[in-house]
Amino acid sequence: MAFGVTTEQTNGIAKISLSGELDASSAADFRTAVEQVATEKPRRLVLMMDKLTFMASAGLRILVFAKQKMGREVDIFIVGAHDAVLETIEMTGFHHSVILLDDYDAAQIES
Amino acid sequence: MERVDVYPTHEHNGYKLRVGKPFPFGATFVPGGINFSIFSSHATACTLVLFDKGQLQPKAEIPYPLEFRIGNVYAMTVFGLDIENTEYGFRMDGPFSPEEGHWFDRSKILMDPYARSIGGRDVWGIVPDWNNTYQHRARLVFDDFDWEHDRPLEIPIEDLVIYEAHVRSFTKDPSSGAKFPGTFAGIREKIPYLKQLGINCLELLPIYEFDEFENSKVHPETGEHLIGNYWGYSTMGFFAPKAGYAATGKLGMHVDEFKALVKELHRNGIEVMLDVVFNHTAEGNENGPYISFRGIDNKTYYMLTPEGYYYNFSGTGNTLNCNNPVVRNMVIDCLRYWAAEYHIDGFRFDLASILGRDPWGAPLPNPPLLESLAFDPILAKCKLIAEAWDAGGLYQVGSFPAYGRWAEWNGKYRDGIRKFLKGESNLVGEMAQRIQGSPDLYASRGPTASINFITAHDGFTLNDLVSYNEKHNLANGENNGDGANDNESWNCGWEGPTDDPEINALRKRQMKNAVAMLMVSQGIPMILMGDEVARTQHGNNNTYCHDNALNWFDWKQVESNAEQLRFFQHLIAFRKSHPVLRNRWHLSNQDRVGSGYPDISWHGTQAWNADWSDSSRVLVFLLCGKHARGGLVADDYVYVIMNMHWEGNWFHLPGLPSGRLWHIFANTGMPTPHDIWKPGSEPLLDDQGGLFVGSRTVAILVGK
Repeated sequence: MAFGVTTEQTNGIAKISLSGELDASSAADFRTAVEQVATEKPRRLVLMMDKLTFMASAGLRILVFAKQKMGREVDIFIVGAHDAVLETIEMTGFHHSVILLDDYDAAQIES
Repeated sequence: MERVDVYPTHEHNGYKLRVGKPFPFGATFVPGGINFSIFSSHATACTLVLFDKGQLQPKAEIPYPLEFRIGNVYAMTVFGLDIENTEYGFRMDGPFSPEEGHWFDRSKILMDPYARSIGGRDVWGIVPDWNNTYQHRARLVFDDFDWEHDRPLEIPIEDLVIYEAHVRSFTKDPSSGAKFPGTFAGIREKIPYLKQLGINCLELLPIYEFDEFENSKVHPETGEHLIGNYWGYSTMGFFAPKAGYAATGKLGMHVDEFKALVKELHRNGIEVMLDVVFNHTAEGNENGPYISFRGIDNKTYYMLTPEGYYYNFSGTGNTLNCNNPVVRNMVIDCLRYWAAEYHIDGFRFDLASILGRDPWGAPLPNPPLLESLAFDPILAKCKLIAEAWDAGGLYQVGSFPAYGRWAEWNGKYRDGIRKFLKGESNLVGEMAQRIQGSPDLYASRGPTASINFITAHDGFTLNDLVSYNEKHNLANGENNGDGANDNESWNCGWEGPTDDPEINALRKRQMKNAVAMLMVSQGIPMILMGDEVARTQHGNNNTYCHDNALNWFDWKQVESNAEQLRFFQHLIAFRKSHPVLRNRWHLSNQDRVGSGYPDISWHGTQAWNADWSDSSRVLVFLLCGKHARGGLVADDYVYVIMNMHWEGNWFHLPGLPSGRLWHIFANTGMPTPHDIWKPGSEPLLDDQGGLFVGSRTVAILVGK
């Protein structure tokens, strides 16, 4: 399935929605989206992954990049990641650096 | 800002090139491209071979132009490569004349010795495609791991309690319940267990890329395929963590996964020590494969006889030529890389005496490599531990060229304690030395030079040490000829498993005796993975080739042997709470602070009266708390009674200064839960004058 990425920003919360397969060929688009939202200096980054079916190591590299690009004070939420994607994140230990949520918890994210 | 000072000057078949930088060796990212640098003192030409990941045939072969060689280093920058998907290797031209030490073969593709990631064995145990002529392929790694605030812990060496473990064995067994069994991620899942045990240093058997398919054979009885090299003591690539040890190996993220493990261990107060194997490589002798060094510069990398054969001081086929200046630099580069990039806290050097031999095998009085390592600026805070012997007869325990820095695996401690434990005669004098951190061996160094251990991956587990008189290694397929014969073990009355309750009770007690003596000794204690739950290898004392339950930690034993685990936990906690057990300097046997007691004193069934005779099996010592850390720290008085005699006895206790009373911390002769107490909750001893200590029993008292 083709990769898709959309962005939106409200109230200092940047939201990037991913769909399809994130691999070496599509990672560049994800990266561009991260760079784009970074210019607005959001206080939170939310990555909607409920429509993401697959993530390869290239995608993980962009997550690492996002964490560094956003800066230490910016919390990164990963919402709705599928089991396989979650597992990849857990295997590398990256889950310690982000906040994993099953659903969009407005109370937590928008506070 | 786009740099304008790095642009291509050459071109080959569509690939844009530029003369590279000779340092650093290996593949490094430069603006717009990748720098490939490799050394060879006898090659006549070099070609860079590029692959798309996983493809059998090369994508491109780019000869290094003549002007890209400086001295003996070939360096080239290649622009526009897909760094996620590239694998690379080298073809080296040169003479093929083994009697002169040259094995150049242009038809072979060779792996970069400085490869930071190696493809080809991405998932443990998957049978490789034997049609692939380039089996172990160098890959590129990213440096973007986020360490946050992590740094090496720099725990003072005297405070370490080391746990020697094998990555795969630790969590591979289904009983582990691990989500990622047998991997770095799996170890992360068990960090709470390690924390509860109380150890603060995890020493891992070699994690560098090795080939689990090397030298495979078949189990003589079951026909099961045996891994020739399960433990990993046969390195292919010194700069790369084993992909097959990572759950993300198949994704190529093993570098990140291992770093995440180090970070998480540090977060939990546990240091990471790596077992390094610079004494030989996986290429074996004349009959071994071409992987890397042999085809790149055989004469430089290996110790060769005048006829061109491989010296074999490692017992495995070849010997790395460590004191050749180029190889020495590779070793130093490698350790600096692990210390800086992976935040590793220390290194244990396998067969370290080889590192002190010159290129012709003769022992050096002042080996340049060992000296360089001892004084290296980047390694300055790393622990350096030597297995101070090799397979060529060079035994250097107590005489290893230490430069005041190197600690040693104290093989004499292991042997002395084992004999004392068995109840042999003529040992109290030696035991007194071992308990004090072996001043007879390390007088100018202090106890911190001594890594005390009773068991390690080589040899019996603790349970087997008290259950077998002889080794039982038939399952290794070498006719029981492999493995050590001088095990100093005692089966307590029956060889192997038995229903006899008395024998089993004695075995349990002996295991507790062993670890109790270890934890109250000056020096640094090391325990073997699984000893805390009485792991058994069924009498096999050399399980180097078993990828099965023989080696795997059985997590069911955490419950079934909870008594043993509890004993270990309290004992480790006791050691960590009493600085008088962890001195940096040797005890003087005198009263230096005016407490009225020497820092250490020796006793017997009578206080102040030790029996040093040949037939004595009893040794008792008192540590005066006022002398802890040279008198700088206040601690309790600790009295240790080691009765290895087959009869029990009444032991009179020395008097304590007023205000202090004897409390009992441990007595291996008592049934659980009275065998040991949580430190701090030790009950008051009823009779302050003395106590009865049973046969083959250790009792530890605290005067507070």
